[in-house]
Amino acid sequence: MSGPIQAPADEAELAHVVAEAFAARTPLDIRGGGSKRDVGRPVHGAAVGTGGLSGITLYEPAELVIGARAGTPLAELTAALDANGQMLPFEPADWRGLLGSGEARPTVGGTVAANLSGPRRLMAGACRDALIGVRFVNGRGETIRNGGRVMKNVTGYDLVKLMAGSWGTLGIVTEAIFKLLPRPETSASLVWSGLTDEDAVALMSAAAGSPYEISAAAHWPAGDGMPARTVLRLENFAPSVAYRAERLARELKRHGAPDRLDEAASSALWRDIRDAAPLRDAAGAVWRVSVAPSRAPAVALALRQAGGAARLFDWGGGLVWAAAPETAEAAAAIRRAAAAQGGHATLVRGSEALRLAVPPFTPPAGPLAALTARIRAAFDPAGILNPGKMGE
Amino acid sequence: MPDGQTHSTTGIPMPAPDPGILARRQRIVDGLSALLPGEQVIASEDERRAYETDAFTAYRQLPLAVVLPQTTEEVAAVLKFLNAERVPVIPRGAGTSLSGGALPQADAVVVGLAKMNRVLALDFKDRTARVQAGITNLGISGAVAHEGFFYAPDPSSQLACTIAGNIAMNSGGAHCLKYGVTTNNILGVRLVTLEGDILDIGGDALDAPGLDLLGIVIGSEGQFGIVTEAVVRILRAAEGARPMLVGFAAPEDAGRCVAEIIGSGIIPVAIEYMDHLAIEITEGFAHAGYPLDAAAMLIIEVEGSEEEIDRLLERISAIARQCGARTLKVSTSEAESAAIWKGRKSAFGATGRIADYICMDGTIPTGKLPMVLTRMGEIVRGYGLRVANVFHAGDGNLHPLVLYNVNDAGEREKAEACGFDILRLCVEAGGCLTGEHGVGIEKRDLMREQFDETELAQQIRLKLAFDPHWLLNPAKVFPLDLRPAGDLPAAA
Ligand SMILES: Cc1cc2nc3c(=O)[nH]c(=O)nc-3n(C[C@H](O)[C@H](O)[C@H](O)COP(=O)(O)OP(=O)(O)OC[C@H]3O[C@@H](n4cnc5c(N)ncnc54)[C@H](O)[C@@H]3O)c2cc1C
Ligand SMILES: Cc1cc2nc3c(=O)[nH]c(=O)nc-3n(C[C@H](O)[C@H](O)[C@H](O)COP(=O)(O)OP(=O)(O)OC[C@H]3O[C@@H](n4cnc5c(N)ncnc54)[C@H](O)[C@@H]3O)c2cc1C
Repeated sequence: MSGPIQAPADEAELAHVVAEAFAARTPLDIRGGGSKRDVGRPVHGAAVGTGGLSGITLYEPAELVIGARAGTPLAELTAALDANGQMLPFEPADWRGLLGSGEARPTVGGTVAANLSGPRRLMAGACRDALIGVRFVNGRGETIRNGGRVMKNVTGYDLVKLMAGSWGTLGIVTEAIFKLLPRPETSASLVWSGLTDEDAVALMSAAAGSPYEISAAAHWPAGDGMPARTVLRLENFAPSVAYRAERLARELKRHGAPDRLDEAASSALWRDIRDAAPLRDAAGAVWRVSVAPSRAPAVALALRQAGGAARLFDWGGGLVWAAAPETAEAAAAIRRAAAAQGGHATLVRGSEALRLAVPPFTPPAGPLAALTARIRAAFDPAGILNPGKMGE
Repeated sequence: MPDGQTHSTTGIPMPAPDPGILARRQRIVDGLSALLPGEQVIASEDERRAYETDAFTAYRQLPLAVVLPQTTEEVAAVLKFLNAERVPVIPRGAGTSLSGGALPQADAVVVGLAKMNRVLALDFKDRTARVQAGITNLGISGAVAHEGFFYAPDPSSQLACTIAGNIAMNSGGAHCLKYGVTTNNILGVRLVTLEGDILDIGGDALDAPGLDLLGIVIGSEGQFGIVTEAVVRILRAAEGARPMLVGFAAPEDAGRCVAEIIGSGIIPVAIEYMDHLAIEITEGFAHAGYPLDAAAMLIIEVEGSEEEIDRLLERISAIARQCGARTLKVSTSEAESAAIWKGRKSAFGATGRIADYICMDGTIPTGKLPMVLTRMGEIVRGYGLRVANVFHAGDGNLHPLVLYNVNDAGEREKAEACGFDILRLCVEAGGCLTGEHGVGIEKRDLMREQFDETELAQQIRLKLAFDPHWLLNPAKVFPLDLRPAGDLPAAA
């Protein structure tokens, strides 16, 4: 992974770089902010950066859409949205603390490639749900547009969704268009202390199944001398937040009386949850387990038996963050624990040795594996885009 | 007319049927009968008649045969057999497609999912329902209503259309402004491939491993495989919901009002737009109290507690007044709310009573609305026709109804040409050819308006990854001349 980084100045130049790599069968290592070389399997190839592709290309606040080139720092997008009281619905995380890549600047392309979604996912969907248009360069060096700037579009296949979370293995995103939400007038949180995992998940499910539209629900199991905390977030106009907080507290009173955090305290807490702060100082590997929320307590139990620990439940229990020893055995046990509950586990932080020993992303099996390979070949026939990244 | 194609009465070219398949018809029917109980294989001309068209009635064609499987395994056996025989397959839900998505071909077997219409599991804790593909959209909401839940995407055809059809078309409805369309509300599908493999894509967790295959199966118009089950998200209904009507003297005022509402931070559950002609036609039918003197009208619905609704509707009213609203009418009762929605939901039906029409389905950036409405008016007048506009104003999904007289052969052709010009206008304005009805055969030949050859080729290579022999719904979505000829290598 040495050698200079090629930094095409625009999409056409990038397409040219890829076309030449295709002709020569040269593998490419795609770098956004360049911060995540340590996620997934290491890629060996000529480094291509998207930094030259920068800038917001479209912003229509009244239409709730924003578009930007792939190398645009996410912070630039967020600043523009802030100025208009709007936001990306999926609340992208900043894991630089978690992954120790503090100097890197997360980009729009990297956010799409990782399909990165934070706590509001529970209510507002993932990055892929907000993504309505992309431009990308496929593994032949061809430029492809799909989707667009309108909310509803069923013209042809939805390649937009496919690009999200493909980690650069199908194409190099050159531009992304997102739908937006107005930033809520205010927010507040309700916090219950000392609940068991089971109680916490029951509470979060009841809240998410209520008419009061919580925008996030998370649970920090007890640890580091802190009691367990279970948190619900409300975001809306001020009177609605007050009303809904009161109703929720009443409906959920069998779990005890919650504390209420005002906007400032609530925002700080959710920033920590979003960025997986409880995992920052954890020793060993960091995993994310996706399951149906009601299965989260069972997953947490199995994780403990595997020598790991659930450190944070987000998405009402649908996402379990765990720390575990850096061993292949622990990894296998975590995968089994997730699969036994109908879920799957992703290795987010681990040594290179571990990432080579176990696939960081859960590999597809059987006919799904064959189909995945055919799809990959349909976009990148020579297999030059981030080869091996997702484990293929 | 190019070789190897036949024309429908309306001039839509269809591939000529494969004489080899037609000659083997009996053998194919026998083969299917060996796989399924007799009554599930439909071979007689009389019974096949029910499948010769869908809601895009311009084209009719009896299929080779129809099968109505009852289990995923039966679907797998049928597809495996038809794949081996190289017979085209047309998946079909309720046949309400407005773009001809479920239209048959003479050499194709229709696989209908209507018999697979059960709810398999409900989970209110995880807020999911596992259902069979042939259940109706409204059937899902019906199954969870007792707990105060519902399934969010609400196409106007929801009483009839199936979840599988919704998945194939990525259908939407009036309330999708807040809740998203089908793709935002499905967690998993069971998909049977042509080889007869049964794939579980996604499941009941929010994230699935690997590439987002669910994302491409949704909206693939029955060209990737047959969906037999789905895991859908169910949502708890709001405490209450109430609409209001706002009438404007000019379409531009209505457009500005939509922008101002959203700019103020309010996302209503629905904002529907109707132009003067649509108001007139609908009011004459539904008597919903629509403002007959308005050039344009918005139906705006908000949700929450009674107090929250009052507060939001007050804010919206103030905005609407600033935008020059002439009539403001907030619903004060369940009955009034129902009447307001009845008018909107019966707009197509009401129009059908006064004239024949074709319903177009393009989307545009909402900021371009005034320009598009003006240009559309010119286009339609240029053809000597009339147009009524019904429109999801929050998300830019236009439904111009181009009125014509079916007994005038020339008018039908004019209406079609006019509709196509309108869709071209949508693309030109930065929008797209279809927002919810799909491409089907209707808009197949317009695909080049929106995509270049490279982009179409990329989509075709994706289809080949699922369907290397081009057998699934083969005459849909892509211009016929782009169909790969002969037996194809896999995608690489
Ligand atoms: C498992 C995981 C690990 C994460 N690790 C980090 C981290 O180390 N640092 C951090 O700041 N945030 C991390 N995040 C959070 C988030 O992804 C980043 O905030 C940001 O979105 C990454 O942008 P980047 O430009 O730094 O990505 P990069 O690290 O440069 O790239 C991320 C991935 O996307 C690919 N990629 C980048 N740009 C494109 C493009 N235009 N088209 C196609 N593929 C592209 C890369 O090849 C790489 O596989 C992580 C998220 C997840 C889910
Ligand atoms: C009066 C009326 C109003 C409408 N309003 C709306 C609206 O508001 N919003 C909207 O989005 N649409 C609307 N539609 C269009 C139509 O209802 C939708 O496209 C619907 O999703 C089609 O469902 P269906 O079950 O009837 O599918 P069909 O018409 O039977 O088939 C539609 C497509 O799905 C494929 N398909 C069907 N079953 C399967 C399966 N099991 N596996 C794979 N592919 C399959 C078919 O091959 C075809 O391509 C309306 C239609 C009518 C007639």
